[in-house]
Amino acid sequence: MTAPSRLSPADAFRVGAAGLRARPLRVFLSALGIAIGIAAMVCVVGIASSSRESLNRQLAALGTNLLRVSPGHTLHGDQSHLPEESVAMIGRIGPVLSVTATGTLTTANVYRSDRVPPGETGNLTVMAARTDLLGTVGASVANGTWLNAATARYPAVVLGASAAKRLGVVRATPDVKVWLGGQWFTVVGVLRPVVLAPELDFAALVGWHAATSTLRFDGYPTTVYTRTRDDAVLAVKAVLGATANPENPNEVDVSRPSDALAAKQATDMALTGLLLGLGAVALLVGGVGVANTMVISVLERRAEIGLRRSLGATRGHVGIQFLTESLLLSAFGGAGGALLGIAVTGAYSSYQGWPTVVPAWAGAGGVAATMVIGCCAGIYPAWRAAHLSPTEALATP
Amino acid sequence: MIVLNGVGKTYPGGFQALRDVSLTIDAGELVGVVGPSGSGKSTMLHLIGALDLPTKGTVTIAGTDVSRLPDRRLSALRGRTVGFVFQQFHLAAGVPAVDNVADGLLYAGVRLRERRRRATSTLERLGLGDRLDHRPHELSGGEKQRVAIARAVVGDPPVLLADEPTGNLDSTSGAEVMRLLRDLHSTGTTVVVITHDRDLAAGLHRLVHVHDGQVVA
Repeated sequence: MTAPSRLSPADAFRVGAAGLRARPLRVFLSALGIAIGIAAMVCVVGIASSSRESLNRQLAALGTNLLRVSPGHTLHGDQSHLPEESVAMIGRIGPVLSVTATGTLTTANVYRSDRVPPGETGNLTVMAARTDLLGTVGASVANGTWLNAATARYPAVVLGASAAKRLGVVRATPDVKVWLGGQWFTVVGVLRPVVLAPELDFAALVGWHAATSTLRFDGYPTTVYTRTRDDAVLAVKAVLGATANPENPNEVDVSRPSDALAAKQATDMALTGLLLGLGAVALLVGGVGVANTMVISVLERRAEIGLRRSLGATRGHVGIQFLTESLLLSAFGGAGGALLGIAVTGAYSSYQGWPTVVPAWAGAGGVAATMVIGCCAGIYPAWRAAHLSPTEALATP
Repeated sequence: MIVLNGVGKTYPGGFQALRDVSLTIDAGELVGVVGPSGSGKSTMLHLIGALDLPTKGTVTIAGTDVSRLPDRRLSALRGRTVGFVFQQFHLAAGVPAVDNVADGLLYAGVRLRERRRRATSTLERLGLGDRLDHRPHELSGGEKQRVAIARAVVGDPPVLLADEPTGNLDSTSGAEVMRLLRDLHSTGTTVVVITHDRDLAAGLHRLVHVHDGQVVA
C-alpha cells in the first residue's frame, strides 16, 4: 500500500506561478486584456462616485433650502406672470429667511457692441435683478462689484460667468461697456458660476430701477428665489404657489434647485450603467483571451504534463496546476486593472477638482469578477490537461 | 518485482502493439529491452511503469495489480515505486538543476526545504555537485541526462525505467550514463533499459528481445 500523492496549496501556487514565469510576454498581454476591463469598470464607478461626492459636498456648502418660484401657464396654455407683489407676499411667510427676484426682459438684448447684428444674441438674456439677489441664491462676484442702490438706477450691468465669456469680458473695469437694449451699459462686475441657479450664468443683470425706467421692463418678476428654515422647506414649498399668485395658484411653478441637481445626477446613472456594461464586455473579452492562452499553454506543455504524471501527479494535480495558473493570470490582470482604474479616477477627478472616491465594493467586486473569470477560463484547459493520457503526452517531443 | 501475465495492448483504431506478453523481472535485476523500432518496446515500458493500462492480461508492480487501481492510487504507485528516464530528458527550461531534481519529490508530500536538500545530496552523489545552480541550457547533453536520472532516483524508487537514455547522446556521454545506471543497479535498484544500441545492450545482464509485439527470447 503506497502513500497517496499530494500537492500542498503552496506547491500548487509555486507550480502555477512557474508556468507563468516561463512566458512573461504572453502572460502580460493576456493579463492586460483583463486589466483593461477591470480598469474600465473601476473608472466608471470611481468617476461617478467622485462626481456624486463632489456634488454632495457642494450641496452641503450651498444648502438645500433654496426654493425657486416661476410663472407657469394659464389654463389656455398662455404664458402666465407673477403679480408684482408676490415677492413681498412670500417674504411674509413665517419660516422664510430671505426672498429676492429676477425679471427677464423680453424687450432688450445684450451685444458685445453696436456693430453686432440684432439676431446674434448669443442666447444671452437680460434680467432685472434685485440688489439682494446674491446672498439668497449663493452667488458671488468673480471681479468687480455687485449692483447697489446707486448703480441699480444707472446703465450698469453685472454679467453671469458664461455671459461674460461670450461677450469677451475678462475683467470688469470702468471702460468695459456692452450694447444693451440700444444703449451702452458699463460692466461693473462678473459673477462666478452659480450652481443652484445656472440660469444666471447666461444673464446680463441690470438694476430693477434701470430696467423699468430705461428698458421698458414691465416689472413682473419671472423668478422668485427664497431661502427658508431648513426644517420648513417642504411646508413653505407647499404654500408658495398660493402665496405668490393667490388668484391663480395653479399658474405657478415651484421647484427646489438642489433636487434638480440630484435628479440630474440620477440621470447620469443611466450612462454609468451603460459604461459599466461596456466594461463588462471588455472583461469578457479579456476572459476569452485568458482561456485562449491557457488552451495554447496546455497544447505546448504536453511533455511537461506527461513528465508530471510520471513523477506521481494525479489527474487532479495537473488540473489544479493549470487552474491555479489561470487564476493567477487573471488575478494579476485584475489587480493591475484595479490600480489602473484608481489611478485614472484620481487623475480625472483631480482634473475636475473633485475629491477622489473609489468605493470599496468596486475594488472587491473587480477582484471577485476576475476570480470567477479566471476560474471559468481555466476549467476547460485544466480539464483537457488532466485527461491527457500520460503516454500520449510523453510521445510529443 | 514486475510481473506481466498474458499482456496485450491494442490502441484505439485497432493497432495491436503488444500481444500476449508474459515477463517477470525480479528485484535487483538489470534488464535490457531490445528490438527494432515499432516492435512494442515503448508500449511495454509504459505498461511496466503504470503509465498505461493493458487491454488484456494483468500487470503487477511490487505486488499490486495496477488494472484495478483508481487514478489516485495509480499515480501514487508510479510516483513512489518507479523512476522514469526519457530520451528527451524533459527538464524544465530556465530552472536550476537542483529545482529540476527537487520536482521529483513534488508529489510525494515532502516540504520544499527537504526536497532541495535531498536533491542536492542526490546530485552530489551522481557527481554533479558543481552543477546545482546551472540551468538546462548551460549543461551538456550527458549532464542533462544525469540530472534527469537524479530526478528519477531522488525519491529512492525500487524500479528505474529508462527509455533510450543514450539516444540523444554521443558515445562518451552515453557510456557515462550507462555506468551511472549500472552503479544504481549495484546499490539494489531494479533497472530496465530500452535501447536499440547493440553495444550498449551487450553490457546488460539480461536481454528481452521484442519483435512485432511479442517477446522472442
